[in-house]
Amino acid sequence: MERDDLIKDNEYALSASHSEEEGAAIRSTVVKVTIILSLLTIVEVCMGVWLSDRGAFTWQMVKWGFIVMTAVKAGLIVMEFMHLGHEKKALKWLVLAPYIGFILYLAFICLIEATYIFTVGGGN
Amino acid sequence: MSGDKTEISSKEAWGGGVSPVKTSYGKQMMWFFLVSDALTFGALLTALGFMKHKFEDIWPLCEDVFYHFPGTHAHLPLMYVALMTFILIVSSVTMVLAVEAGHRLDKSGVIKWLAATVVGGLIFLGSQAWEWDTFIRGNEAQSTAFVLPSDNENVAHVRFADDHHVFNESGEGNPVELAIEAINSGEATLELANRTTLSNSDAIKFLKNNAEQVQGANMKKNEYGLPLYANFFFCITGFHGFHVFSGVLFNLIILVQVMKGTYDKRGHFEMIEKTGLYWHFIDLVWVFVFTFFYLI
Repeated sequence: MERDDLIKDNEYALSASHSEEEGAAIRSTVVKVTIILSLLTIVEVCMGVWLSDRGAFTWQMVKWGFIVMTAVKAGLIVMEFMHLGHEKKALKWLVLAPYIGFILYLAFICLIEATYIFTVGGGN
Repeated sequence: MSGDKTEISSKEAWGGGVSPVKTSYGKQMMWFFLVSDALTFGALLTALGFMKHKFEDIWPLCEDVFYHFPGTHAHLPLMYVALMTFILIVSSVTMVLAVEAGHRLDKSGVIKWLAATVVGGLIFLGSQAWEWDTFIRGNEAQSTAFVLPSDNENVAHVRFADDHHVFNESGEGNPVELAIEAINSGEATLELANRTTLSNSDAIKFLKNNAEQVQGANMKKNEYGLPLYANFFFCITGFHGFHVFSGVLFNLIILVQVMKGTYDKRGHFEMIEKTGLYWHFIDLVWVFVFTFFYLI
């Protein structure tokens, strides 16, 4: 395969070009995403510091809250900052589908197994 | 694949056909590399999750480990890590702005935002160096952690009834004897890794059984708890830090190329997009490290 990144006036690279007005719209999206990411981080730290000694059930819920907020942050970074949400559907799913599938399976199988080892006392 | 830097015509690319995902070769390959790199980080974090579940009762809490902030002695749990997260998010934002400027062929805008991204990356690396230094030296001049040579997983802590009491402030004397003295006088108790407190007689038996003070952290033992905890800290934040380091390097190289006018000649700034993808990926990984190592 030839290196098409060295093509002068490459049509794929040029198709990403935009005007001053479109640029302004993109910049305002960037500001919004930044504010959401920062707020979520602040909320996470506050929950971690103040809700860690409120009993096992609360902590379990807080942990699920962390996972949901992390998923939202990751989604915003991948879809907006990395622009994947605006790419062709084919590229989007070529990246997301294998990754999400493998990692969810790996996490599921490892965590179930580790919890079992803990319950039968293999930890100590 | 022609390795030389001669320009080719679009008739030769993709055998004269159309790119299946309507992106250039370089950008597509960057995405595939990031997927494989993300699987590596995913495996590391899953391994961490495995050990956290396996040692659920004795895994150290990060709020009790990372509470220092440069320039102050106040107890600020996780604040410094949160600041590092914020620094990385901001440097990701400046990178988006560099890519956006590139799409308008605004060369001076690209230089400005790319330089800001490099500076953000360097600040993050410096912060990480400070955090490693604090972690390795230990949280206080004299640690309150004691461990038996036969069992370095069960780290016991001397806990003083008075929260502000500093253990062995002068740094003189035998720490084990001082700990026994404090427990005998009722000033302190000994807490095991699983957060149970020993009775005074058991505590003294533990300390007299050749217990030694643990200061800071290395790969074999640490004052925070399980050796695995420090191992995962070094491995995950180290691997991520190495990615940040190489990201800064890539950004610097591209910055020099922009200044030299390489991309003006090429007619587009797609290279900024490609290093940008790598840089955002570093931010993305840190978001997961922050949650799964530090918070949960």
